[in-house]
Order: sequence, then structure tokens, then C-alpha cells
Amino acid sequence: MIQVQNLTHRYGERVALSNVSFEVKKGEIFGLLGPNGGGKSTLFRILSTMMVPTQGKAILAGHDVVRDAAAVRRHVGVVFQTQSLDKALTVEENLRAQGHLHGLSGAVLRERMEAAMKRLGILDRRKDLVDTLSGGLKRRVEIAKALLHRPQVLLMDEASTGLDPAARRDVSRHVETLRQSEGVTILLTTHILEEADRCDRLVLLHQGNIVAQGTPNELRSSIGGDVVVLASEDPAALAAKIEERFHLKPAVLDDEVRVEIQNGHRFIAEVVEAFPGAVNSVGLHKPTLEDVFVRQTGASIE
Amino acid sequence: MNSFILPAATLWQRELVRFWRQKSRVLGVVASPLVFWLLMGYGSNDLARFYAGALVLTVMFSAIFSTISIIEDRREGFLLSMMVSPAPRTSMVLGKILGAATLAWIQGLIFLAFAPLAGVHVGLEQVLLAAGAIFLVSFTLTGLGFVIAWKMDSTSGFHAIMNLLLVPMWMVSGSLFPMATAQGVIRAIMWVNPLTYSISMLNGLLGLPNASPGPLTSAAVTVGFGMVLLIISGLIASQKSTKSAA
Repeated sequence: MIQVQNLTHRYGERVALSNVSFEVKKGEIFGLLGPNGGGKSTLFRILSTMMVPTQGKAILAGHDVVRDAAAVRRHVGVVFQTQSLDKALTVEENLRAQGHLHGLSGAVLRERMEAAMKRLGILDRRKDLVDTLSGGLKRRVEIAKALLHRPQVLLMDEASTGLDPAARRDVSRHVETLRQSEGVTILLTTHILEEADRCDRLVLLHQGNIVAQGTPNELRSSIGGDVVVLASEDPAALAAKIEERFHLKPAVLDDEVRVEIQNGHRFIAEVVEAFPGAVNSVGLHKPTLEDVFVRQTGASIE
Repeated sequence: MNSFILPAATLWQRELVRFWRQKSRVLGVVASPLVFWLLMGYGSNDLARFYAGALVLTVMFSAIFSTISIIEDRREGFLLSMMVSPAPRTSMVLGKILGAATLAWIQGLIFLAFAPLAGVHVGLEQVLLAAGAIFLVSFTLTGLGFVIAWKMDSTSGFHAIMNLLLVPMWMVSGSLFPMATAQGVIRAIMWVNPLTYSISMLNGLLGLPNASPGPLTSAAVTVGFGMVLLIISGLIASQKSTKSAA
């Protein structure tokens, strides 16, 4: 449903995307995970036809984003991170205007608006000015708006950013039912691990490059065993000592040393015993997507 | 056809609804030119001479106010979803300009109600013609605002252009002194300034002094200028770019 081939984008000298390729199958929920400035937004702008890439190709629903932008726009719905709603208009007025932009009118449009508002649970707020809605509700109106023309693909830019956890789960639930009942393909950008975990497949973007891709489980299991996190006054020195003594490859991130290891609980006992006073606190967890990102880039997502 | 008219109509309507919900805007736009006019007019004991200029200033303020919103609207607003909708860009441009021009026109008409103070005594026919002329002026000034605003990243840039281009352009349009008495370079600038023709058109139709060039020439120049701006607006909004549209 989405094919991205050797996409490269430069803003003047700065390379924002470098030779990115991936495919998304019909009905998948696909995530672009990475820190701000990693290239997600650039990719999102290209896929949503807001700008053309300096090199490479992207096909959505069978249409090229550069050569046939109009066709792409007919088949793709876009949910923006920044509000694309007119705050001075009501929910209903926003949806109607959006329908008109897609050439919908009359009974067909009324029906679609009704269905979209019902699906997102905003039917009772239809007459309210958008300005009076909470962040979570606004996001639902955004989604309803993006669905009016029954797109095959839904692009969502940081759809959960700025929402409280309950509203975030609520958005995820709507996305999931959408995929199940309509077979809509969903591509979302995020820097929130919890949201990325709910995707079928992911690519991890860092400085314009794909550093890893796969299902969340595949990605996590690329790290064997446990992750041990040691906080220290002098993390670099501690890392050097660990490397020497245990023949491991620790990563240093801020004031922490991270070690990937089988049977982490035993390692903790050994390391604290071996370097008394060098460790301020100790943590142990099963690998997360953050750990995958740290391993690939040496940097943190958030 | 429907897919061209419908987006334009919906944008036009959106401008009007928003305007209606923020009625205080009318006061802001009409009040300051009215005050300028009354101060200058009473001070020089010549309300008639400054009337058309003040009316054009009202329309200009409104056009600037409407088109400046494009900058914000595109970054975080309804314009974003327009950019990724299949509606033709030309239809969006037309809807936006017509909507903003209608608002400027309404405010120009409010100002027209003060014409008797300037000693204007004309028949219904002249009033209708003047109303039409005010729409033409509204349309051109909105088009000018659109062309400037579309490429702007920040509203502060727009303010700079307003102070350096639009306000001086208004000053040398016959709003403050007639072309006939202007000197050298200024006179030449007035001759090429499209706003000069807006002022002379209004003066001509309302029977006020400083009505040269004549109404027909003036109307033709104003229409021509409006068309050129509309075409430029359509072209710049349809451009594909490797920089983000939003």
C-alpha cells in the first residue's frame, strides 16, 4: 500500500533523509519511531504531498506522490500534529468544510459526517465550537475529518503527542478498530515508546537513516537477555572498568551505563561487589524499543 | 465543476462565518481610518479631499488583516488540510481571496455611510457604482496581500512589508495630495501606482475633487491589476516545492 524507495531529502546543505526505503502492506499499522529531528517529519511531509523530495520515490495507494499528487490526496487521509481545525467553527462546520474540499456534498456528505462522528464518539459535541473541546476530543475530530473521504491510507503525525495517557489509549483504540473494520492502512510517526509498541511493524529513524526495522518483538529480541542500567558519578570510568573486567560492551548515556546481558541479576551482584562506591543505583529490565535505539545509535529517543 | 466551485464556496463562507463570530474586528478596522480622516479633514477644513483615501485605507487594513492570517493558518490551521486535499489550488486561492475581499468590501461599505460628512450628495445609481468600485479595490488589495503573505514564514515579516511597501504605496496614491500637484519622481511613482487609480475612481464616482484620471481608465487599471494579482496568486500557490508547504 505504501512503497518508499531510496528517498533522500536535503534542506539546502542539511541532509534530513538519506536513502530511506521500506514497504507497508495493506491493513498494517506501521510506525516511524525516532527522536525529533530524526527525519520523521520530513518523511511525513513528503508522503502527505506537502513537499516533493529532492531524490527518490514514494508510492501511496498506487500513486506517485510527486507525479500524481492529486490522486494520492484522494486516497490518503492526514491527521496533523498541529491542529488543522478551525477553532472558530463548530465540529460539524469543520467536517462539512473538509467534505467540500473533497467534493462531497448533500446527503452523501451528511451521512459520512454522521458516521465519522459516531465512530469517534463526538456526535453529542457536533454543535460545539472546536475551541471549547479538550485536547483529546480535538484529536478525535481531526481523525473524523481525515476519514470523511474514506481513505485507504491514514497518515498520522505524532497523533498522541500532548495527550494524557487516557486520551492516548483512546486514540490507539480508535486506530485499531479502524484497521480491523475497514482495513485502512495506517502509518504513524511517534517518539512515544508505548505507542510504537502497538504498531505491527516499525522503522527506527535516526539522523535521516533507518537504523533498524521489524516487529516490536523482533526488535526487542535482537537484544539478548536483560538490560542493566547503572547510575554513576563517573559513567565513562565505570564503563571502561566493566569492559575490562567482564569483557562486555557497555553504552554510556548521560550519567548511566547500560549493559545488555543474560542473567542480569547475577551480573548486578558481581558488578556492585567488584566496584564498591562506583555505582549509585541499579536497574534491571527486559529490553524495550528504547534499548534497541540506544544500541543502534548510542543516543536516546526522548 | 463541482469540485472547483465547492471548495471555493466553502472557503468564502468560512471567512464570513469567522468574521461574524469576531465582530469586534469591524470596529478595529473601520475606527482608525475614520479617526485619521476626521482629524485631518477637520484640521485642514477639507473632509472631501481625504475621504477616498481614508476609505481605501479601511479596505487595505481589512485586506491585510485577512491575508496575514494565511501565515498562521498554514502553519497550524485549516489551511494545512487544504494543502493535502485534492481541491485545485486555484479554487482555494479564489475562495480565500473572494472571502477576504468580501469582508474588506463590507467594511468599505460601512465607511461609505459616512460619505455625506464629506459633502457627497449623489443618487442611488452613483452609490451602487461606488459600492461596485469598492469591491474592485477590495479584491485587488486582498490579492496583493495574498501574494505577499503566501511566501512568508512569519507575521513579523508581513508587518515589515506593510510598513515599507503598503503604507507608502497608500500615501502616494492621491490619498493625501493629488497627482496634479506632485513633484518629479513622486509624480512618476503615482502614475504607476495602481492605488492612484483606486482613489481617482472613487473620487470620480462620488463627485469629489481629485478625480483624474477618469473613472473608466481608473476602473480598467484596477480590474487589470486585480486580474494580474489573481493569476500570480494561483501560480505561486500551485508551485511544487522541496520546502514544506507548511
